[in-house]
Amino acid sequence: MGRSTIRAVDGVSLKIGSGEFVALLGASGSGKSSLLNLIAGLDSPTSGSVVVADRDLAALSREELAVYRRHTVGMVFQSFNLIPSMTVLENVELPLRFAEVERSRRGAMAAKALEQVGLSGRLRHRPIELSGGEQQRVALARALINQPNLLLADEPTGNLDSRTGTEVMELIRRLNESLKMTVVLVTHERDLAEKYAERLISLADGKIVADQPNPARAMARGES
Amino acid sequence: MKLYDSVELAARNLRESLLRNSLTTLGISVGVASLVAMLSLGIGLQRLFSRKLQRSLFDTVVVSSRRDLRSFTREQDTEGPAAAESPDLDENARAKIAAVPGVLEAYPDLRFIAELRFEDKPHLTMIAGLPLLDKNSDAFQGMQGTFFSTENAHEVILQKMFAAELLGKHVRNPDEIKVAEVAQPLLSKQMVLRYAEREAGGAAADSASYSVISRELILTIVGVTDLDPDSTRGNFRARLFIPQKLMEGMHAMQAYETPDSTHATSKEAIYSFVVARVNGAGKVESVEQAIKKLGFNTFSILDASHSLQRAFRIVDIFLGIFGSLALTVASIGIINTLVMAILERRREIGIMKAVGASDADVRGLFFAEAGAMGVLGGVLGVIIGWLIGRAINFGTNIYLVRQGFSREDIWAVPFWLIAAALAFSFIVSLISGLYPASRAAKLDPVQALRYE
Repeated sequence: MGRSTIRAVDGVSLKIGSGEFVALLGASGSGKSSLLNLIAGLDSPTSGSVVVADRDLAALSREELAVYRRHTVGMVFQSFNLIPSMTVLENVELPLRFAEVERSRRGAMAAKALEQVGLSGRLRHRPIELSGGEQQRVALARALINQPNLLLADEPTGNLDSRTGTEVMELIRRLNESLKMTVVLVTHERDLAEKYAERLISLADGKIVADQPNPARAMARGES
Repeated sequence: MKLYDSVELAARNLRESLLRNSLTTLGISVGVASLVAMLSLGIGLQRLFSRKLQRSLFDTVVVSSRRDLRSFTREQDTEGPAAAESPDLDENARAKIAAVPGVLEAYPDLRFIAELRFEDKPHLTMIAGLPLLDKNSDAFQGMQGTFFSTENAHEVILQKMFAAELLGKHVRNPDEIKVAEVAQPLLSKQMVLRYAEREAGGAAADSASYSVISRELILTIVGVTDLDPDSTRGNFRARLFIPQKLMEGMHAMQAYETPDSTHATSKEAIYSFVVARVNGAGKVESVEQAIKKLGFNTFSILDASHSLQRAFRIVDIFLGIFGSLALTVASIGIINTLVMAILERRREIGIMKAVGASDADVRGLFFAEAGAMGVLGGVLGVIIGWLIGRAINFGTNIYLVRQGFSREDIWAVPFWLIAAALAFSFIVSLISGLYPASRAAKLDPVQALRYE
């Protein structure tokens, strides 16, 4: 009878420290992407709170959430989500338009972000003219353009071959380490999570079933 | 997002679906074109009639006897005596009319067909008397030369069409004649006026008989008018004017002679029309009422222009409604196009929201698209409307000329109509964009990002 309510994320209590690299692990439908959307301010919880930098996202208006997404969060997606009609440079510039950055500064800022991800030579290309790895790097440059504190990556290697996936993940790790940027990675690939994340949080049926530091990563850090 | 960014993104989006957006814009332009064409036709016709009526005679009441059944007034007058019992329009009546409050001057309307000789060539036209008071009338705006020096001066003022005729130019459209060009060779030249004087009495000096004597008068051309001061008189329209007092002293046989004229003597004239000059157009109505009570018929341009203006307002409203209907259809086209765009660009809207676009940014973007289509459609529509108007004018003039009439501008696009059409198109487009823009702004970003 009627619609039934599905709790995508239920009773989750979780604290992520500044500069942490956290992986949300789980099978399809486990609620990891829904949790990521809540942290991204794209969705609001029906109850409870999501506090980022001392602000409860559940209490913010739609306008305030837009400002939060603009300045605090950068997102990359499995399917890249680039706008096909725009060039690489224009895609990266897009968040700057919403942040009302002067037109004269935008080109240089976008070019610099693309340089960071190793795509200086493809500024005028359309996304369709790039490989999957290159498209994801464009998405990464776009996510970084407003210098957010928090990078949310939803299955960023899901559409990439393993070599390109590794390149993208290495890039994310460098950003985490050099800029002290907090990274939340959603993936169903345990190997990937164990290779890059410092902390592994497993979800099933919208609930956290495990939350532990990643020993492999700690070991790797110790070695380095 | 800043306005220029919204406009730039909107222009990009419009280019992306070029065919569909061009067709929608074309729809708007057809709507605006029909509105512009309809209203410019209404305005053009109104101007044409106003031109014909001339602005000169708004402070004038023409008085006629009810005994003259050719009178201007077509309706039955309810005030004052019936036709058979109404008084003659004589000197006594003229004095009474002059005494009506608000009347500056009352003088008989004297006119006749005059035979003229100019540079040994004969010409035939209607001549009328003009009081010195008319010197400041709007009808003499742009006149070349001077007005009459005295009220009995042997001087003549020509209407420019007649001036052109004297110079051997035969032009149908007054706009084609430059008054300065025709005046320059004629001013200070003389012409001979030949007319028939009515002399009372004869052998039996009673009231019932008079004789007609041929007279000649030499007149100096002192002025040439640009406008047509006598435009309301139809077939009796004069194209030559001499001072009123000179005209009255000539006792010339009149153009409108009626059976009552036989009652007249040189001492006691009976007039067909008396013209009352009123102290301001605002008093015309009360003066007309007072004169009607004296038992005469009256006519003023104000009567005609009131009803004409009312009729044109109604015509304009209907033309505007028909024109707007097309624009309404076009606005539905805008809504359809933008709703389609939301469906197609659902994911794009989700991406924009994910990277920081607010509801207002998305709404602004769709408004900018609607507005851009409105502005483009408006500009194109004004151009098309203007071309339609030109075509109608051109076609009508071909027809008029073939039928032997003079060329007329039946269509006019004033600047305010262009500005209003553009503004209307823009506003209608924005209103059409309201629903799609609000729908796009409210899209749930999570749902939008999932959309394939």
